[in-house]
Amino acid sequence: MASDSTARRPILALAPRLRGRVVTVLGGILLALVAFWLIENLVREPKQFVLVFLAGITNGSIYALVALGYTLVYGILELINFAHGDVFTWGAMATYTVAVSWIGLDGSQSGLFTFLSLLVALIGAAVFCAALNMTIERVAYRRLRNAPRLAPLITAIGMSFVLQNLIGVIFGFDYKSSNSLLPTGAIFHVGNQAYGWDKLIVLLITVPVLLGLVWLIKATRWGKAMRATAQDRDAARLMGIDVDRAISFAFGLGGALAGIGGFVYFAYFTQARFDLGFRLGLFAFTAAVLGGIGNMAGAALGGYMIGFIENFNSGLDWHTPGPDWTESIVFILLILILVFRPQGLLGEALSTRA
Amino acid sequence: MRQRLLARIPSRPAMVGLIALFVLYPWFYHHVLPQSSQWVPNTSTAFVIIAFTVMGVGLNVVVGYAGLLDLGYVAFYAGGAYAAGWFASQQFGGGLHSPRSWIFGGTVPKGTLGIHLTPWSVILIAAIFAALLGVVIGLPTLRLRGDYLAIVTLGFGEIIPQFVRNGDHVAGFNLTNGSFGLNGIDGLGFGNSVHSALPFLPSNFVEQVDSTWYYWTACVLLLIAIGTSLLLRDSRLGRAWIAIREDEDAAAAMGIPLMQMKTLAYLIGAFFGGAAGALITLQAGATSPQAFSLQVSIFVLCMVILGGMGNVWGVALGGVVLAYVNYQGLFAAGHTFNSVVGTNIDISEYSYLIYGAAIVTFMLFRPEGLLPSARRRHELHEEEELDELIEAQPA
Repeated sequence: MASDSTARRPILALAPRLRGRVVTVLGGILLALVAFWLIENLVREPKQFVLVFLAGITNGSIYALVALGYTLVYGILELINFAHGDVFTWGAMATYTVAVSWIGLDGSQSGLFTFLSLLVALIGAAVFCAALNMTIERVAYRRLRNAPRLAPLITAIGMSFVLQNLIGVIFGFDYKSSNSLLPTGAIFHVGNQAYGWDKLIVLLITVPVLLGLVWLIKATRWGKAMRATAQDRDAARLMGIDVDRAISFAFGLGGALAGIGGFVYFAYFTQARFDLGFRLGLFAFTAAVLGGIGNMAGAALGGYMIGFIENFNSGLDWHTPGPDWTESIVFILLILILVFRPQGLLGEALSTRA
Repeated sequence: MRQRLLARIPSRPAMVGLIALFVLYPWFYHHVLPQSSQWVPNTSTAFVIIAFTVMGVGLNVVVGYAGLLDLGYVAFYAGGAYAAGWFASQQFGGGLHSPRSWIFGGTVPKGTLGIHLTPWSVILIAAIFAALLGVVIGLPTLRLRGDYLAIVTLGFGEIIPQFVRNGDHVAGFNLTNGSFGLNGIDGLGFGNSVHSALPFLPSNFVEQVDSTWYYWTACVLLLIAIGTSLLLRDSRLGRAWIAIREDEDAAAAMGIPLMQMKTLAYLIGAFFGGAAGALITLQAGATSPQAFSLQVSIFVLCMVILGGMGNVWGVALGGVVLAYVNYQGLFAAGHTFNSVVGTNIDISEYSYLIYGAAIVTFMLFRPEGLLPSARRRHELHEEEELDELIEAQPA
């Protein structure tokens, strides 16, 4: 037995290096193929390509908002907050409740009234989801902070089912929809297809929110406390930081982003259903992993990349798998990243292997 | 090892009695229990309950023994179901223009199109197919840390049904019949030759008045699953799994080959998932991608958590209870509630809300489940026990 293992050692020592090289080569070939596919599509249908690209930015904004929530919580607790996608759905439902059920927006009102109502709905959704996410942390996760790693994850899955089905019980299991809330008029045309105001408005909401988030985390005392807690919880506690409040703050922030994401989703797509957050949440989680989980810029970048993948896959013509395969492509991407580059695109190498 | 297990059986009359009670359920159903009551499952529902319990016992090997959280167990159910469909239906019959027929001891008449193997071998083939699927899924992903592994398995649990849904045109070949699924799948049975020799063994279970024979088949499968689990738990393999579950790095340092052991856990869990999937498919006579949702994976995981991760009997009990609640009890409770209070609530809308709440409650207040394995309970309460030890120490 002992002699056997010494005889095998040189090969084993070589294996990781060889594996690394093979992975690099295969990854390079894959990227080259994707690049070739994109360029070929661009050359064949340049106008369509530009429009699909712009739509990808809009969709990606929503993924970025949700992905940031995953990354914030993971950065501080190393917990995949499985229920986050459903907090997002609650954001969409809160928007529906405020804007459609209470205020009664149906697209016929004047511009200023619509704008103010949407602002109220946006703030309402953000505040509600922040409170919801903080409550979930308080009720379901805090007790398990020192439990074995999988316990809080299983709890999060249970929580996700609770949140999802509560929507079904309260709002019904069918789609809730409304007339278009955002102005859909064209800003400019590419070929005979229009780029509408609604797509731009999504960006006009998302970009300031992302910048505000950066400011909150980099420049405020709260952000500093949160970063310190993420770095080393015990050391942060010794420095006089209220760790529980810092974690609560991270959940609140993530919830608010999910609420804004839900608002944007409902305002843009004008429909939402109880299980919306499952697929979207997984896509957003993939985005967070793609960018490097725990890394804010990475989550935003990953969100936009997932947006592009989704739109390129359904909008382009030349040799495209089509929307039937979007989920498979995104999940295969997730698996490939986790297996071959768990630190993501922008993340630092992890000390323990992911 | 086997002798020890066999020696243990007579020493547990209660357990033997319980098993006998379960095996004789069809007789109770027909002769003792009030059949009209909504609380009493008919033999067909009882079959489904036992078949899903097999899945719970299979998943227990992965989650309970080896500590690998698998959120995509439905992939193995799907694998087993479709493998059963491929080898016992007219799927590959080729249609009118190029009729093809391969019949090897199936329960179908001569000349039927498609591949028809003996349904018993179909169950085995489906289980092996699912086990291979488990290895294929496991090899790249089992290196990952626990929570990442959970998400990746969940991804596979979504990819495989999607592949099945889109797989009606794989390079021009209709592999899965798309979202319609496979239909007209053969029933289980002993075949005509056995039936004529031993008349009490039916040639085809489908021709029976109810699902008694299917129920017994499921019971046999469940007993095989439980027996295998018990044997494995007390073997070298089982101890290796438990060591991995408790501390992966320490286990690796002790010379346990992590990847091999984890892959084996996956393989065995997948095997029983596939066998149960095949059995369900053979009884239902059809399968379709709509049956394979995340909900099924969570439902089976719920059995393992509820019953007590790592304890086979606990999981079997949890499985029977939960499956009974899901397929009979909940409807009966809802119906009774509606008729007493005079409301019109569709209780099935609440089922996953209830399961979600049950998972959260159990993880918060009793993470070791209803019938925990002693070792697992210590693991989950390590922190508190350490605190007690520290407090008990004299200053």
